[in-house]
Amino acid sequence: MFVATVSSGVLVLVGAVFLACAVEMVEALTIVFAVGHTRGWRSAFEGVFVALVALIALVAVFGPALVQIPLSTLRLTVGGVLLIFGMQWLRKAVLRSSGFKAKHDEDAIYEEAVAELRASGQSVGRDRVAFVMAFKGVFLEGLEVVVTVLTLGTSAHRLGLAATTAGIALLLVVIIGAIVSKQLSSIPENAMKMSVGILLVSYGTFWAGEGLKVSWPGNDAFLAFLVVLYTLVTWGLIALSKFQSPQKKVAAHS
Amino acid sequence: MSKKQILPIRLLKGFGMFWWDFLVGDTPELFIAALLIIGVIAGLRGAGYNTAAVVALPVLAVLALGVSVRRAINSSKK
Repeated sequence: MFVATVSSGVLVLVGAVFLACAVEMVEALTIVFAVGHTRGWRSAFEGVFVALVALIALVAVFGPALVQIPLSTLRLTVGGVLLIFGMQWLRKAVLRSSGFKAKHDEDAIYEEAVAELRASGQSVGRDRVAFVMAFKGVFLEGLEVVVTVLTLGTSAHRLGLAATTAGIALLLVVIIGAIVSKQLSSIPENAMKMSVGILLVSYGTFWAGEGLKVSWPGNDAFLAFLVVLYTLVTWGLIALSKFQSPQKKVAAHS
Repeated sequence: MSKKQILPIRLLKGFGMFWWDFLVGDTPELFIAALLIIGVIAGLRGAGYNTAAVVALPVLAVLALGVSVRRAINSSKK
């Protein structure tokens, strides 16, 4: 009964928000772990706290303003933004899968952050470097989460559902992060990013069309078709790109 | 110079930079493509061609993605 009443639009919304938020939070958590393990947890937590307060303030300011925008204008704008953002993610996913771009490696990011923190030297009293690094990590990644939740949530008239999904994603990432500690690379981030790209482009296409008064066959069900279409296109592009991959050429010559 | 800028200006600049990186970044072709796609679909809807708009929107998005991937592959070979 429940399954029958859940539209494909809701499923895609929950999937897109959950995966997008989880990916951004893994990136933020990697930086926080690097700061905490290297410079101590106090400054790391202070940076996280101030960043979260700043993000909540942004939501409080822009959230109600977004609700006031006419729905067709909002959907066209959000659709356009998601179309661009989703195509950017898919492009990266295709290039990573075909070997033209290095895969996102949390271990490398962690080591890079640790090296940067060690090079900056220990400070006396309150650790400003650690605070700023944790703040920037959480604020910048969190800003992308806020944009995703606000745009997807308000356009679908399901801001509460989008916020709850983001909250669950945050909780899960923090729990998994606490369990695996520094080994955030064990989370399949590259595959998650590809899924997010597919979902964002699908939503972007759908809402850009809705904003322009395009009448989709099957209404919300067309979203499911778009997800399947973009998944097949992504696989096709990966397969085509792999033919030209430098790794494949190296293998062929060896 | 930048240290002398007052906080609202710095925040505004930071906010603008965030959106620039978010939407344009290193793939300006995708930003332009999205604007063109919206323009074409608006034109088709304005002329009353709904079916053409339904087909053209995802097809143009796929084309834009393919061109951008192709561009990245070509530039990585140079």
